[in-house]
Amino acid sequence: MTELTYRDAINAALYDELDSDPAVFLLGEDIAAAGGVFKVTEGLFERFGPLRVRDTPISEQAIVGAALGAAVTGMRPVAEIMFADFAGVCFDQIANQMPKYRYMTGGQVSVPVTLRLVNGASGGFGAQHSQAVENWFLGIPGLKVCTPSTPADCYGLLRSAIRDDNPVLFFEHKGLYALTGEVDRAATVPLGRADVVRAGDAATVVATQAMRILAQTAANELAGQGIEVELIDPRSLAPFDFDTVSQSLTKTNYLVVIEEGPGRASWATTLITRMVQDHFELLDGPPALISTDDIPIPYAAVLESAWLPSVSEIVTAVRQLVLS
Amino acid sequence: MVPQRRSESPTLEPSAESQVSTDAQLAMLERMHEIRAFEDEIQRMFAQGQVRGTTHLYQGQEAVAVGTCHALRPGDTMTCTYRGHGAVLAMGAPLDRSFAEILGKAAGLCKGKGGSMHLTDVGVGALGSFAIVGAHLPISVGAALSAQMRDTDEVAVTFFGDGSTNIGAFHEAMNLAAIWKLPVLFVCENNLYGEYSPIAATTPVSELTARAGSYAMRSVRVDGNDVLAVHSAAADAAAQARAGNGPTFIEAMTYRVVGHSRSDPAKYRPAGELEEWQAKDPLLLFERHLEASQTATTAEIAAVRERAAAAVADAAARAKQWPDPAVESRFEDVYA
Repeated sequence: MTELTYRDAINAALYDELDSDPAVFLLGEDIAAAGGVFKVTEGLFERFGPLRVRDTPISEQAIVGAALGAAVTGMRPVAEIMFADFAGVCFDQIANQMPKYRYMTGGQVSVPVTLRLVNGASGGFGAQHSQAVENWFLGIPGLKVCTPSTPADCYGLLRSAIRDDNPVLFFEHKGLYALTGEVDRAATVPLGRADVVRAGDAATVVATQAMRILAQTAANELAGQGIEVELIDPRSLAPFDFDTVSQSLTKTNYLVVIEEGPGRASWATTLITRMVQDHFELLDGPPALISTDDIPIPYAAVLESAWLPSVSEIVTAVRQLVLS
Repeated sequence: MVPQRRSESPTLEPSAESQVSTDAQLAMLERMHEIRAFEDEIQRMFAQGQVRGTTHLYQGQEAVAVGTCHALRPGDTMTCTYRGHGAVLAMGAPLDRSFAEILGKAAGLCKGKGGSMHLTDVGVGALGSFAIVGAHLPISVGAALSAQMRDTDEVAVTFFGDGSTNIGAFHEAMNLAAIWKLPVLFVCENNLYGEYSPIAATTPVSELTARAGSYAMRSVRVDGNDVLAVHSAAADAAAQARAGNGPTFIEAMTYRVVGHSRSDPAKYRPAGELEEWQAKDPLLLFERHLEASQTATTAEIAAVRERAAAAVADAAARAKQWPDPAVESRFEDVYA
């Protein structure tokens, strides 16, 4: 075990995959000589050279398309989308090409592409560089989606994503890059399995990435008030580990879902629908959805923080639910 | 510093037909006839309601696919558009399983999950037919990158229409292939129409080779109805690519003698245009050439034509008899 930042855990996973599989290579804007605008790929260009760590033009369609073409002809590319919002300019490759290629050809190809997308708010980047865009992709069969929250999950999930023979969208939350934690470089984390971060019986709280970190603070505060919540981090949104949530509900009977986004057409609303549909008898009250305001992400610090869910909002929602 | 090249480079020599053996020329003729007969049969099947959705036919453009693909080697790859039956067959996909795919049969190339717009036969290098204009160009660039990284001399061919040169993916793919000197043949089939619109209404340059100039890419404009001219240009481009000299843009001038898709009667054509191009039909031109150059006799040519027609008729009859996919098979092949 080593203590690493979220950023360095991703770097370590990339390093270890590049080191162990000659088919793995990286491509993206300023990821090589400059080490990435968030410094996630620092040192990899120096270690693995310009053929395997490649700077590209500002051409997201070409980046994703080339990754796809290389993947179906024997390589295992890892492409970076510098800000996840830029997925908008290569949406066709992500939504129409990558996830359907295997299916439309009757299984003639496998598509081992990993896209790393830099996600999330709180840095004052404004409405086009701050979105958590994973929900854009959840209605598309054929994709796998990860949203790690800790250095250990970054490391373990990224290694699993790169080794997976399917297209995986790996979202990194830019607000968490400096977060530190223990990482076991011998361990991978399977895709599609949730983590029970904290056991409790008062309510099941489900959150990802920055919202999970907020929820941990809220859970500690609630524990001080005698309310022990069970905190679940899904880690992967597709496939989604519904079973871990429903099992938790058998114990808690209350569901609170927190999401960094407007709470529409989202993993959180899907989770709530699924639990109400399949496990209505387990619920002692209406599920609570804590989401952002339903507006574009504002720039000014006071506006952006007001837009985001807060610890006090989470504490209040849980208290209302379990004490009602 | 990127070396400057002329956009219409004279480095590609005109057709050196003597390099193509008689057998190879007859094989090309046969493949062209197979494609023509295949497309005619598909048109009939559509008219009879045996085929679903839509289709985009290739009659009149056979020389481009056949001339190009006959310049390739095993290991080379090809991507094409939804007007792709000709290119996939030119790579060597079997006629019967190609029919079966378009008929939605279990034994289709893609198990009935792709259809007319997605014919794919990876085993012969036909990496895919793509139904979003321009989307496959970056994918072929990736196949070429893979070929380069695996240290092979494989090349990647991508076919697309004149209309594709106005979409962003085209420009991103051209640029990336040029800066990385990737072994790509960008084969633009300029059939004068992007869907229902004539090229002059959508594109400010009349010679699309001009677009290669902005990527410092070798380019050549050839008569796309002359299969030997296409073959020669493709062979030269492939040789350059294999030698590590990067991509080439080939503009093959041709004509779509059918409408854009099934529902398009192509009434927008000026009077006389269709007839003018029908007189330059690539099959007619090639047969005339084979006879004039005494490469083949009238009887030999007739035999090729009949063999192709029989092969297509047999394949169609066979494919029609094959069973539909099992309903449960729809859940297969989503994930690896």
